[in-house]
Amino acid sequence: MLENVYRKGENTAFAVFLLKFVEIPWEVRYNSMVIDAGSLDFRALNDTLRKAEEDCRVVGCRGQRFIAAGMAEKNITIDGIPGNALGAYLNGAHITVNGNGQDAVGDTMNEGTIIIHGSIGDAAGYAMRGGRIFVQGNAGYRAGIHMKAYKEKMPVMVIGGSAGSFLGEYQAGGVIVVLGLGLQGKKIVGYFPCTGMHGGKIFLRAHCGDVKFPDQVTARPAKAADMEELQVYVREYCGVFGYDMATVLHAPFTVVTPDSKNPYKQMYVAN
Amino acid sequence: MSKGVHFHADLLCMKMNSFIFQISLKGKTNMKIEGQVRIPSGCAIAAVISKEGNKMSGELVAGAMKPMHDRSNGLGGGFAGYGIYPAYKDFYALHVFFDQRATRKDCEVFLKERFEIVKSEIIPTRKIPAIIDEPIIWRYFVTPLQSVLANLQLDEKEFVARTVMKINTEMRGAHVFSSGKNMGTFKAVGFPEDVAVFYKLEEYMGYSWTAHGRYPTNTPGWWGGAHPFTLLDYSIVHNGEISSYDANRRFIEMFGYKCTLQTDTEVITYILDFLVRIQGLTLEEAASVIAAPFWSTIQDKTDPGEQEAYTYLRTLFPSLLITGPFSIVLGYSGGLMALNDRLKLRSMVVGEKDDRVFIASEEAAIRAMEPDAADIWAPAGGEPVIVKVKEGAY
Repeated sequence: MLENVYRKGENTAFAVFLLKFVEIPWEVRYNSMVIDAGSLDFRALNDTLRKAEEDCRVVGCRGQRFIAAGMAEKNITIDGIPGNALGAYLNGAHITVNGNGQDAVGDTMNEGTIIIHGSIGDAAGYAMRGGRIFVQGNAGYRAGIHMKAYKEKMPVMVIGGSAGSFLGEYQAGGVIVVLGLGLQGKKIVGYFPCTGMHGGKIFLRAHCGDVKFPDQVTARPAKAADMEELQVYVREYCGVFGYDMATVLHAPFTVVTPDSKNPYKQMYVAN
Repeated sequence: MSKGVHFHADLLCMKMNSFIFQISLKGKTNMKIEGQVRIPSGCAIAAVISKEGNKMSGELVAGAMKPMHDRSNGLGGGFAGYGIYPAYKDFYALHVFFDQRATRKDCEVFLKERFEIVKSEIIPTRKIPAIIDEPIIWRYFVTPLQSVLANLQLDEKEFVARTVMKINTEMRGAHVFSSGKNMGTFKAVGFPEDVAVFYKLEEYMGYSWTAHGRYPTNTPGWWGGAHPFTLLDYSIVHNGEISSYDANRRFIEMFGYKCTLQTDTEVITYILDFLVRIQGLTLEEAASVIAAPFWSTIQDKTDPGEQEAYTYLRTLFPSLLITGPFSIVLGYSGGLMALNDRLKLRSMVVGEKDDRVFIASEEAAIRAMEPDAADIWAPAGGEPVIVKVKEGAY
């Protein structure tokens, strides 16, 4: 495994030789450890990440699962395609992916940030109970399924493009924002959004006249107080991806919350 | 989630006592039947097709299975290649497992009564430690005897399909696992990347390929139970576990199909053969039968013609609605169709580069085939992705 890991000051000649062939930004070379994921399986890759004492950059990532699972206090940058359950149980670490994510990004994460410069697969933020997920592109099915909140824990997921069907399925807490940027006529959300939703809040940057919500939720235009809350999430999002906040906020937003007078009862029985 | 798929012990005993080669990685043969064994789910699928009909070696799609290694558990891997037998493209290529030499001899006698066999040979394999306890594996390039066809008043395809069913249900120890023209299935108990090495897939050139890594959920891993499941030139690789199996099976068995392979995927192959070959539906229509939209979604359709078509197909074939999770790739002569269940309970992504279209359970697998694949997207549940090779190029 040693040949996959090189650090400044160690094996200098070897590292310099390698760096000539790998285009890695200057600051990365001198502040963090670079891990070539090419030949590592998910266990070896995660062991290497855990043992590292400084920030890490994973290059050539190709489908290794559970990257940074449960990790705290580290910045991890990933070039390539991380596998399923990226940042599962994440506990404070910051992950940036230069590419797309696969399924179950931030599964049950507790704290920290996951930034995806691309799109993500299904079931992102599954049972997430804290931290932030920022996606530049689209999310697949079931984004934010069973997200929850607890005392000071308030998870937030912001999706830049569109979300697939069953957005916020069984959502119990936390906030999901879908911005619908660059949709080009595509719908902002698929079928059956908010099915089984019984807590938390969803912001959709659209009128949503053509979106069919279930009976147990209330969808209404955002009020001033909602926009104030939303601004906090959107500011952070725009900071990450370099968008103009005013432009993003200058649009109709729909807010969806559960209707406590008409609670969720059943879903799959009648097909 | 194993409920819904049940097999009778007597059926298992009849067919499998003589025909189980291996169920565990250690080579033990302590066969367990449905209900006695519980294995958590997984599976991986991948496919590639050239719209121009350009040939690719089987190694390409085998490479896609490597980053998805952990989706399988070594109890089944397989591939289907199309366009791989150009020298024999007018003959049905029968790939057959035999438990012993005597079974092969008997089967050959049976085949000779029905077909002209233009070539018969052992399918070349490599001895590797990862693949053990292999059966005797042969292939036959055949064409039905015209006199027999005339006597039975059957068309060629129906005759071949019935013959395959007959061998697989009645001839103990023999199992036809591939029966199309200019295509072939290669499968085994093992991890898919090892199965590719075992069958020397790098020596086959096809215009489309599908691949599967198995993680059996309800039933034991055995050679016949590995994917793809084929009938004529239709092949299915499947990730998932259908909960409508018994309802589907009862319906399809009324039309002469026999589900004997101890796995749910088999029924999908027969359903598609029935809908497309026998009923003459288009692939899009067949997709809207097996992954029918919800009634509420149909009611909301703004195009009345579309609404009427969906209603008609759901009403006509209610027993062929497949529920439960699935992502499948159907291979056929000249094309592929990828499809997710209507709730999209399994993952599937599609990408493109030049004349090639890539389909896989994970984007990482597509990147393994083509690092620069563009337009990566995930089809919605029930949305078929049909890719055809241009006319005349296959």
